[in-house]
Amino acid sequence: MSRVPRYRGHFGPDEARRLLWRAGFGPKPGQAEKLAKRGLDAAVHSLTHPRSQRLKGPKPRDEDGRPLAPRDAWSHDHCWWLDRMVRTQAPLVERMTLVWHDWFATSKDSAPTALMLRQNAMLRRHALGSFEQLALAVSRDPAMLLWLNGTDNNKWDVNENYARELMELFTLGAGRGYTERDVRELARALTGWRNDWSEGRGPHDFRFDREFHDRGVKRVHGRRGRFDWRDAVRLNVRHRKHPSFLVNKLWGYFIPTPPPRGTARALERMYIAHDRKVRPLLDAILRHPHLYDPGRRMVKPPVVQAAGMLRAVGRGIDTTAWGWLCDQAGQLLFIPPNVSGWDDSRWLDTATFRARWQMATEICSTAQIDDDVKVSGKADVLVTRAARFWHTPLSRTTRQALERYAAGALRSANADWERETYPRLTENALRMLVAVSPDYLTS
Amino acid sequence: MPTPAGTGLSRRSFLLQSAGLALAVYGAGRLSGLPAFEEGIARAQSGRAGTVLVNVFLDGGADSMSILAPTGDPRYRKLRPNLALPGGGRVFAEDHRLTWHPAAAPLATLHGEGKVTVLPAVGYDHPDQSHFVSRHFWEVGTLDPGLRTGWLGRLLDRIGTADNPLQGVSMGGSLGPSLAAARVPVAAVDAPEDFGFWAPGSWGPPGDLAIPAFADVGRALAGARDPAVAQAARAAAFAGGVRAALAPFGKDGEPTYTPRAAYPASSKERFPKRLAGLAAMLGAGLPIRCATLSAPGAWDTHADQASTLTENLTLTASSLYAFQRDLEARGIADRVLTLVWSEFGRRAEENGSGTDHGAAGIGFVIGTRTTGRMVGEFPGLATLDDHGNLRATSDFRGLYASLTADWFGVDPAGVLGGGASVARPKVVR
Repeated sequence: MSRVPRYRGHFGPDEARRLLWRAGFGPKPGQAEKLAKRGLDAAVHSLTHPRSQRLKGPKPRDEDGRPLAPRDAWSHDHCWWLDRMVRTQAPLVERMTLVWHDWFATSKDSAPTALMLRQNAMLRRHALGSFEQLALAVSRDPAMLLWLNGTDNNKWDVNENYARELMELFTLGAGRGYTERDVRELARALTGWRNDWSEGRGPHDFRFDREFHDRGVKRVHGRRGRFDWRDAVRLNVRHRKHPSFLVNKLWGYFIPTPPPRGTARALERMYIAHDRKVRPLLDAILRHPHLYDPGRRMVKPPVVQAAGMLRAVGRGIDTTAWGWLCDQAGQLLFIPPNVSGWDDSRWLDTATFRARWQMATEICSTAQIDDDVKVSGKADVLVTRAARFWHTPLSRTTRQALERYAAGALRSANADWERETYPRLTENALRMLVAVSPDYLTS
Repeated sequence: MPTPAGTGLSRRSFLLQSAGLALAVYGAGRLSGLPAFEEGIARAQSGRAGTVLVNVFLDGGADSMSILAPTGDPRYRKLRPNLALPGGGRVFAEDHRLTWHPAAAPLATLHGEGKVTVLPAVGYDHPDQSHFVSRHFWEVGTLDPGLRTGWLGRLLDRIGTADNPLQGVSMGGSLGPSLAAARVPVAAVDAPEDFGFWAPGSWGPPGDLAIPAFADVGRALAGARDPAVAQAARAAAFAGGVRAALAPFGKDGEPTYTPRAAYPASSKERFPKRLAGLAAMLGAGLPIRCATLSAPGAWDTHADQASTLTENLTLTASSLYAFQRDLEARGIADRVLTLVWSEFGRRAEENGSGTDHGAAGIGFVIGTRTTGRMVGEFPGLATLDDHGNLRATSDFRGLYASLTADWFGVDPAGVLGGGASVARPKVVR
């Protein structure tokens, strides 16, 4: 039986930086170098077994210095979570919470923000735990019950919405091991949830009511029984097609190419042997050679990049502009585009590229080089300094193009005051250009 | 209107001016000449204006049995005790069993003018009831689950050029999957009036040169083997050209164009504004061949269908009506067709306050050049399929083949593969 291969190459700052971008939100200054010194195994272990989940650094504020109101004000919920991503000492926990938000994509289009935040806390509790426990918790989660009409589903009026997505998107994959008949029968098993609603409180008192549940015999995946919602989850999480679905999907959040066959099989066995716990899989995936292959880059999701930029420059959430900035870049938290989550294969086009430029503007506008700072007049020095601003290496091609720009900008200075001023203006612009370079937009 | 008419400039120099004035002044010709993509849009614009297809998606599976309600079918009220529309509304002239939803009245008006071709039950064989699988089929234009290019993307690969990203444009925050091309560039534009770039702490030549520089970096890496790097690089390279072409449409993020029809107001949805922007872009002669938009709201009405659908349909139909009038006022209606589609229809039998996923759904082709004659008939509610869903009486692949051949003059075999052999209805006159 094949095992999951482990990366045997050099684990230096570049590899540590890759790990921190994929399993978290990028390094703080010096963090990649420090992590590299610990070696691959200890580095991965520190992510999968975080010592502290406390947030470190100043609390988030809006532009007027007031505390955020995540339940009440537009995009404050987004900024509240983004702040956790910036300040966390357990980046993989936060990153996995984001993975589960995408996996069980629920939107506040249908659920009040307070319930979305409650779901967020639940996802975080299960971040590195058992998928079966997570799927059970999601299936009774009030925001999910509203979003996929779980509380509209009762024995008199069967609503298929959750049953279909539970199999198609959450546990098995489209058309893998179930039929339309299974969708309808599973929907019957999931009947029984209800909630009350009032003008003042909105939806509340979510509960399972036996009177609303269809207690008859159902036939799901070829098995017959008086199945209820717990059975419905287990029938799918213990389905023979589930481990391959989970392994492939989970892998895809960290590595852009599908797992080799032997690796996938080994991970599936590991998943079953560990009683459907996710942490051992993460331990293995984060040490896999493909994660460190320079030729397998991934576009950073917008919120990951936003959090990473803030971490790189040592800034916290001090404006709610991050709400519309990330929205324009294609990722407003708590409002995924649909129940299948965000499309990780298409983050960048002309519109979302411009949004990344604006994200960089938000950082750079408060970090401009002071007028009285003397700046080098050499193109290559300016490019190096701009890359250091973001703590990022640059490819040769990008560096050459940026040096071409810098040389042209410096050459356009004629008067003495221009020769004095243009290097600073050029370095400010270079920071923007580094931030939107393919080198920095991917990791 | 930012049309070049009356400015004394040709279209080409007009665009180049917006893109390149700063470059000319600061002698940036020493950099790398004018960026190719900026010139590409201008060059494409100077040619003969082509036909345009606007592709509007009703996301979630719109309930055809509410939009054109079979009030004359005796089974309708039994299947839809809560949701059935009352009779007595505006009857669909081509099939008196069907009644327009009151919110679809603007479409009924256009239909009365012969400008709407209705497909009352469009779909495909062995319909899939997954949103994502069925939508994928419609976006890629075949029943191939693994295809990564969209049908309009492949069309553009045939008729487009390598340096005009605006030939396929999504009016929205991200690129529509149907536009995914294998070879040629395409673009997404959230708001044409707001596509500027500014580098904080930089002005004069260093600031101005920084804008073409990001596209320059993108061009240098656009051919990268790594797909993620190539995606980032192409986005940067194309954004440079789009920025230049859109510069005349806004100032400080505010539109400098005037719509030529009254669009509905919406504080929540950008759909009417996007259509107004698209009409202005087309009116200015930007070299657009395919455009995609998502209609407002979620059409996946598992619950509370009556109110949700009415709200969505009201804004969608009145916006499409305004768009058509806008095109007519600009004198360009004869070269634009609008296709409206959804990934499937909904279950004939309601589930209480909503409906679950179904099979055949509704489609429209809108424009002065469409035949205005129904394609396929309403199959009636006596012949539902084994799952209780409407059977398709027309196939979206035949519709695509017809548009590919008759609207764009392209052999559908090269764009739609086997789907090109599906019977083709006549929708273009």
